[in-house]
Amino acid sequence: MITITDLQKSYPPRNGRGTTVEALKGIDLTVADGEIFGVVGQSGAGKSTLLRCVNLLERPTSGTITVAGQDLTTLGEAELRAARHGIGMVFQHFNLLASRTVAENVEFGLEITGVPKAARRARSAEVLDLVGLADRASAYPSQLSGGQKQRVGIARALAGNPKVLLSDEATSSLDPETTLSILELLKDLNHQLGVTIMLITHEMEVVKRICTSAALIEGGRIVESGNVIDLLNTPKSKIAHALFPLGESRGAPGNTVVEIMFAGHLADEPIVGRMSREYGIDVNILGAAVEIVSDHRVGRMRLELPGSLDSNERPIEQLRASGLYVEVLEATR
Amino acid sequence: MNVNWVTMVPILTKALGETFQMIGIALAFTIVFGLLVGVLLVSTDEGGVYESPFGSRRLGSIIHSVLGFIVNIGRSLPFIILMVVLIPFTRLIIGTFIGPTAAAVPLTIAAIPFFARLVEIALREVDQGLIEAARSMGARRGTIIWKVLLAEARPSIVLALSTSVISLLNYSAIAGTIGAGGIGDIAIRYGYQRYDNAYLFTTIVILIVIVQVVQLVASAVARTLSRR
Ligand SMILES: Nc1ncnc2c1ncn2[C@@H]1O[C@H](COP(=O)(O)OP(=O)(O)OP(=O)(O)O)[C@@H](O)[C@H]1O
Ligand SMILES: [Mg+2]
Repeated sequence: MITITDLQKSYPPRNGRGTTVEALKGIDLTVADGEIFGVVGQSGAGKSTLLRCVNLLERPTSGTITVAGQDLTTLGEAELRAARHGIGMVFQHFNLLASRTVAENVEFGLEITGVPKAARRARSAEVLDLVGLADRASAYPSQLSGGQKQRVGIARALAGNPKVLLSDEATSSLDPETTLSILELLKDLNHQLGVTIMLITHEMEVVKRICTSAALIEGGRIVESGNVIDLLNTPKSKIAHALFPLGESRGAPGNTVVEIMFAGHLADEPIVGRMSREYGIDVNILGAAVEIVSDHRVGRMRLELPGSLDSNERPIEQLRASGLYVEVLEATR
Repeated sequence: MNVNWVTMVPILTKALGETFQMIGIALAFTIVFGLLVGVLLVSTDEGGVYESPFGSRRLGSIIHSVLGFIVNIGRSLPFIILMVVLIPFTRLIIGTFIGPTAAAVPLTIAAIPFFARLVEIALREVDQGLIEAARSMGARRGTIIWKVLLAEARPSIVLALSTSVISLLNYSAIAGTIGAGGIGDIAIRYGYQRYDNAYLFTTIVILIVIVQVVQLVASAVARTLSRR
């Protein structure tokens, strides 16, 4: 649905002062149809710049951006405006017009495309119902809570039936509970309408809750990307480690420390108990976390096995054979 | 104080009519051109929707600087001097420089830059995020100016308008001294030159009432328009 190739964006120095900022240094990214794709990264990594390039709010210095089969970078102004009707956008600070009612805000995009008044009314009622705000249509934004404002923002973005929804930190100014309800809403809309969602966030919680795929951006480069479950099974994946922080506890010298990752049915099996029974070893659990990631039960566990790696070869082999991803963190031969 | 209401009322009524006439004409032009200049000042500035008219950033920055310069000139001349300087121009377009209609010319010229700067400030207060949202929906520049910038700034623009009306009232009194007529003319002619305090105090009361009413109405309208 979205294909980004060799995207570069640099900001020239302002008024000749300072240096050129290379915000994006060659981004390649593909967001498949119907995905919820999360881009994570630290402040200043280039997340907003990347997202704003997708609908060309920010014009790339070089590279191409294809959305729904159309290369946006080659379009003229009028064509680009038309293409934007098919790409909804949701903002951290909602960006609702204070002088318009909720319904009038939702209708704004339809006014732009020249939809007649009656059809606009009907459509805004429809999408407001979808986001659970049917009864607040004639309220003004100032009369709404943050979560409700974001629902209006989402309704506005969906009014024109877009194929793609872009979200720039949509939940970052909301409290944790409201964040969850907005994330659930996005997930529902993704399922119900099949709308592809690309969101950026600095909260791993968002990725954990709703993303099917994710990418990590550092200093203007994508350092990791892929399906979330696959990433969890990727050796040394930073996203996986961020999703499952296990703390820093280390084993005693001479022992072997491994991290195992399990997904799906494996999460329900008594791995540790079986291992100590079958091999007669005392397994020490240094850290563990089980979570629901994109509707899968997945877990990560850090285990300390007594003795060197050589003496633990068989139990580790056994774990791998049963389909678990095992990473050896510390070992002596 | 000996007040002869029978002679004073018709004189004041006529003067009030002249004041409203010159302010009315000036205000109509000020609203149109002040909004236009205010919008241009904001939209041709860096980051504005018309920062690069016809694809040229240089052209945008030239329009911005030239307009800013002209507005500053208009703002730096004291009204009495502006009025005198504009006499030939006024004569050219009205045929005379005497009377309320002729006075509307310098009043307009003085009020446009004043109102334009206030409009500029009002428009700059509109959150950039709203413009960004409109752009993301594929809005044209004209739509952004009408339905985002001007629509959202309406409460501040109404207040700016009331400030401009009050300034116009102030200028109109000065215009009265060179033959514009109006309430200011009465205050000067009867109050200052003939030491008739009845006229002086009555005009003061009238001016205070007008200013209060303008301000009250504007505040009420602004409050209704702003849904914060
Ligand atoms: N308009 C601009 N002009 C100059 N530099 C910019 C501009 N916008 C962004 N940058 C720079 O580009 C880099 C990436 O910024 P960006 O806003 O994309 O980061 P981010 O990942 O969204 O950060 P945050 O999490 O804080 O929102 C930063 O170094 C920033 O200073
Ligand atoms: Mg950002």
